[in-house]
Amino acid sequence: MFCNFFRAQRLEEASKLSSWKQWRQSTQRTLRRLRDEAQEWLSSLKLWRADIHQIEGMFGTGILSYFSFLRFLVMLNLIIFLLMFSFVMLPIIIMFTTNVILFNIWNPFMELYPSSARRGLVIFHEHITDLLSGGGFLEQTYLFYGFYQVNQIHFPNIKYNLALAYLMTTIAYLFLSLIWIVKRSALGFKRNLVQDEDRFQSFCNKIFAGWDFCITNENAASLKRSSLLYELRTDLEEERIKQKIADRTRKEKCRIYLIRFILNIFVIGVLAGCFYSIYVATIFSQEHVEYLMYEYLPSIVITLANFITPLLFSVIINFEDYSPAFEIRFTLMRCVFMRLTSIGVLLFSLWSQITHCKDETCICGYNHELYSCWETRVGQEMYKLTVFDFIIIVAVTIFVEFPRKLIVRHCDCGLAKWWGQQEFSIPQNVLEIVYGQTICWIGTFYCPMLPAICTIKYFFIFYIKKVSLLKNCRPATRPFRASSSNFFFLAVLLIGLALACLPVSVSVAQINCSQACGPFVGYNTSWEVLPTAVSELPTGVRSVIEALSSEAFAVSFFVVTCLAMFYVIALAGAHKKVINQLREQLVLVSLVK
Amino acid sequence: MGTTASQLGKELLSEYQELTFLTKQEILLAHKRFSELLTKDEKDLPNTKVSMERILTLPELKSNPFRKRICHVFSTSEQKDGSLTFENFLDLLSAFSDSATLEIKSHYAFRIFDFDDDGTLDRGDLEKLVNCLTGETDDTRLTPEEMRQLIDNILEESDIDRDGTVNLSEFQHVISRSPDFVSSFKIVL
Repeated sequence: MFCNFFRAQRLEEASKLSSWKQWRQSTQRTLRRLRDEAQEWLSSLKLWRADIHQIEGMFGTGILSYFSFLRFLVMLNLIIFLLMFSFVMLPIIIMFTTNVILFNIWNPFMELYPSSARRGLVIFHEHITDLLSGGGFLEQTYLFYGFYQVNQIHFPNIKYNLALAYLMTTIAYLFLSLIWIVKRSALGFKRNLVQDEDRFQSFCNKIFAGWDFCITNENAASLKRSSLLYELRTDLEEERIKQKIADRTRKEKCRIYLIRFILNIFVIGVLAGCFYSIYVATIFSQEHVEYLMYEYLPSIVITLANFITPLLFSVIINFEDYSPAFEIRFTLMRCVFMRLTSIGVLLFSLWSQITHCKDETCICGYNHELYSCWETRVGQEMYKLTVFDFIIIVAVTIFVEFPRKLIVRHCDCGLAKWWGQQEFSIPQNVLEIVYGQTICWIGTFYCPMLPAICTIKYFFIFYIKKVSLLKNCRPATRPFRASSSNFFFLAVLLIGLALACLPVSVSVAQINCSQACGPFVGYNTSWEVLPTAVSELPTGVRSVIEALSSEAFAVSFFVVTCLAMFYVIALAGAHKKVINQLREQLVLVSLVK
Repeated sequence: MGTTASQLGKELLSEYQELTFLTKQEILLAHKRFSELLTKDEKDLPNTKVSMERILTLPELKSNPFRKRICHVFSTSEQKDGSLTFENFLDLLSAFSDSATLEIKSHYAFRIFDFDDDGTLDRGDLEKLVNCLTGETDDTRLTPEEMRQLIDNILEESDIDRDGTVNLSEFQHVISRSPDFVSSFKIVL
């Protein structure tokens, strides 16, 4: 054992070394100890350590990965908010408190932005309506894009280009999110790449690494046992099914392909129907802003669609006769596509409204009569989506899951038995929070305080989900592996990020920014700030930047990256060959023996 | 060299920090939990051995299907009864700690799974392993047909030299490719 073995070894070594070497060794040990203690202190500062440890003990590492993912998102949103705050909000706050001169480039098309803030005596419930819809008094706060009316701020010594800072911070937070997610997923991705086959070593993984030694609860242990049994039986059956699939006749194959084709057409039809209803709902809510319910119509439609479609998909997949593992993955892919594309459809319908004028072409590039400050309107939509998402999560937990537990526990009728106790479905929960995070990424450009709102939202969701898990749920009978789940979460998050970059870049580069509000007054598009700022730089720096952004550089960079990728792929192929050769050699050596 | 009093001496503490993968906090917590298992007279004796039954009352081990094997592997007593001294206990926690290397963990995992202590995992060991994982009662066991199919699959994936058993290096090779091992082979007090 350690203590005895290493102790004897150390005593032996100590007697051989000179006093100088002994002193050096003891200092090295002290430094190592200090470093370990510092790391321990840092890790004790980690948020929610005790809660996550408790969940791990009761439910194992699969569900634990969901909660550590949630913690990661809280940190990410906090950092994004700090970025926005320090580069965009702080200069304005300083400006207001110290009365520094501000500077606006005036444009012939500029109009006075009519304030929709309520005047005079305001009835209390209208404040609540404003809070929920993001309109009214909220439009005149730091919350929305429209409030940041300054181009540049002249501080005593420096000239601060707020417009440029706004644009650069947007690019920076998207880039930062990308780097952080990729770094976090690098480990899981490497492992997934190594496992080149679908089921490579899955049996060994399940048997040798199947038991979570950190489970302390007797109940959880017996549940883990039954879920392992279920998993093993499913895998063995899947192997038998694969054999059956390989033995299929031609006629059966044609029949299966025909069924799959028809069902896929049906799925596409359902998706198209959902997207069309989201489009119609958005246009309707933009035209009628009388009631709060109409304002929330797109959110309601999206939530309904995202509730019904997973149930539909899980029913359809049963007829398509795939292997069980592929069934799960395919259903999940469809759900991911549905969730994230619904946001895209909403934005597309908003965009069509904004750039559509009564006459053929819009003078300003956007409908300046209806949308004098269109960025704030988009920001309000994102704000409403976030608020509604949070309300739905809380409402479902309180009004659906809690009564379900009461009914199942106290009622003995057939309905209760069929419905069963709530299972904590990790994929659906992860899709929920990735959906919220995608909205946050898109909305931060139009609503700089949205990351702060999302941080608070995820903070509360952690506690709500934890309480719901401990009180209402039992662990899923179909367990979600910890390793592949980490990779799955981050892959879906990356898809969300890619989707979020698209609307932001389109609106920055294509759509004309509104001339009545915001920091980009005077420029045609928001992107124009950058070339203007670059042209003001000294000649040397300017020529370097122009060289970097020229086509020649882009093409050569692309070619070099492709070459590097081909090289790495070839290297991986060669390594695989060597491994196979060594394996064969081992077999031969043992046979010879 | 052992626990002579109910408090752990500073020198001893730093020595344990050297020799194991545990931090100071973890060693102190382990000492506290171990002392709770001792009776009043045993607390004053050095190098007390705690019997396996008492060790198995710890909540971290109580629900573990491999608890008896764990005690046997980490025990250094001549009677082979699975009793642990405090240093054995520290070794146990060190092997299962967060900072232990994959090599250490796979080495101990191999010894825990080797039910007949013959240095290799043969079909009998694997069968006992699977039954530990799924449960001991009749309706939680796999059928003999399923068991045979499962063990055939395991040997196909891990037995590189095709001798019908998994030896330590084959086991370590398989574990190094297993993504879940490090996160599940962990006991934290």
